[in-house]
Amino acid sequence: MGAITLEKVTKEFSGVKVIPGVDLEIAHGEFVVFVGPSGCGKSTLLRLIAGLEDVSSGTIRIDGVDATGLAPARRSLAMVFQSYALYPHMSVYKNIAFPLKMAGMPEADIKAKVEAAARTLNLTDYLDRRPGQLSGGQRQRVAIGRAIVREPEAFLFDEPLSNLDAALRVNMRLEISELHQSLKTTMIYVTHDQVEAMTMADKIVVLHAGRIEQVGSPLELYRNPANVFVAGFIGSPKMNLIEGAPAAKYNARTIGVRPEHIQLSTESGEWAGVVGVAEHLGSDTFLHVQVEGIGQVTARISGELNIHHGDRVWLTPPPERIHRFDGEGTAI
Amino acid sequence: MATLQTQTAARFMMAPAVVMLLVWMIVPLGMTLYFSFLRYNLLMPGMEVFTGFGNYEFFLTDPAFFVALGNTLLLVGGTLLATVVGGTFLAILLDQPFWGRGIVRLLVIAPFFVMPTVSALVWKNMLMHPVNGLFAWIARGLGFEPVDWLATLPLFSITVIVAWGWLPFATLIILTALQSLDREQKEAAEMDGAGPVSIFFHITLPHLARALTAVTLIETIFLLSVFAEILVTTGGGPGIASTNLPYLIYIQALLQYDVGSASAGGVVAIILANIVAVFLIRMIGKNLEA
Repeated sequence: MGAITLEKVTKEFSGVKVIPGVDLEIAHGEFVVFVGPSGCGKSTLLRLIAGLEDVSSGTIRIDGVDATGLAPARRSLAMVFQSYALYPHMSVYKNIAFPLKMAGMPEADIKAKVEAAARTLNLTDYLDRRPGQLSGGQRQRVAIGRAIVREPEAFLFDEPLSNLDAALRVNMRLEISELHQSLKTTMIYVTHDQVEAMTMADKIVVLHAGRIEQVGSPLELYRNPANVFVAGFIGSPKMNLIEGAPAAKYNARTIGVRPEHIQLSTESGEWAGVVGVAEHLGSDTFLHVQVEGIGQVTARISGELNIHHGDRVWLTPPPERIHRFDGEGTAI
Repeated sequence: MATLQTQTAARFMMAPAVVMLLVWMIVPLGMTLYFSFLRYNLLMPGMEVFTGFGNYEFFLTDPAFFVALGNTLLLVGGTLLATVVGGTFLAILLDQPFWGRGIVRLLVIAPFFVMPTVSALVWKNMLMHPVNGLFAWIARGLGFEPVDWLATLPLFSITVIVAWGWLPFATLIILTALQSLDREQKEAAEMDGAGPVSIFFHITLPHLARALTAVTLIETIFLLSVFAEILVTTGGGPGIASTNLPYLIYIQALLQYDVGSASAGGVVAIILANIVAVFLIRMIGKNLEA
């Protein structure tokens, strides 16, 4: 139920290989997040799974059945689009009922299902409204409602929160996570926001230029990034990646150390530098330090800190927290 | 435009244009109204007398009036049906990606640039002509008797000619409306299990409602006054089989020199056009609200 397998899936758009070849296993009930910078092919991959694009070669299996040539509607997947893609001339009720109506379900059953979905999503009071009369968060919920009434094997989300404001995004993130807990259905979620990826996923798939860079749980990716790209992409603020002499000292082409692991001292340490910008967030302070012979290094210090622009500080990376990468960028 | 001063200035600036347009409309309308109450025949100049509603009585009790009224409505309705249905169909075809789409779109739009007299003559002499016409040639090639289109099916033939000219207009407007349809909406419907036909009726057609309304309203205004196509093809005949209201007024005024009756006919036509407009706005105007 809801297991999806990709075997050597490729996609070309007029001669350009957008996805050069992807193998991926998604187990039943998993919350998988595809994350990567824009243009990395994550949405294309999702659309290939949905059937909205045809694969150039390779096989897509859903529950062990070859679904490569199946029409989107016959894959028993439901998708939530970035623009929500609600039908503007239909009421909320009719929007949610549409897939059931298309499936030829009797009117009474449709009514029961739509009302149940509306209760789950707090939409009961809005069933008679048109999408144009709803707020962004409500539209998002209608789109999710339209997806859940079909009781699909898996949900596909294409950057569903990118049109919402920051506060609402945090709320909807929680709601989607809760929905996953209660439905226990496979969910594939595409985002460029690594915070969404880290907070929601059981399994993160990091994509870069159509290739899978690494697959793993959020903490695996955080602790053991497979290469420089993943190291730089996962984590906020970004990991400091340092090349040259300081890296050679650790027998590596590049070394990486996360800002939150750097130890700070005002007296002595491995790297001496001058504080450029200090960003005080209250709970943390981000220090952008200009280190001699290395360049800019970011350090994240918890608590309130009395350090300002122009102060001289020393930074020490704890040896066990240093990530080492070779000439190809692969972790050693 | 916030202060009283700028508003006053704006009114002064606009006044010449507004007065010009008003005079342009009021004078002919006033003269038509005036003539419609006169017994005024060009064959008897200088003998105009006031006749009250005599001209109206004459025009409205003329058996040709009801035929012309019916013909007008048939012509408008038939052309609307052909252009709206055909235009939607063509627009959907032209919206598909295919090789040479730019040129095909240009060709489809071309008939709109051909003036009505020319297109009617081309249809009359090159396509519908019972001896030289393309249709006759095809009919003979298939072993049928050629049809003399303009003699046996005059109103239908004129509807075809007018629809040919207006089809590009409908296609163009509907095509632009189609292109503004969100692609994700169609994809969502596809994932929801809707086939191409369901997508057309549940997603595309409601999206086109406004464009179709605009096409219907604009075309109706112009189609009520179709004249050139009739003049150069059938001349309103045979008999009065293809005479519509504008053509009947033309017959009154310029073939029978009866300016009074023609003016009365003009006023009747204005009233009828307004009745049609009210019905249309009631029926489909609500689509234009946001």
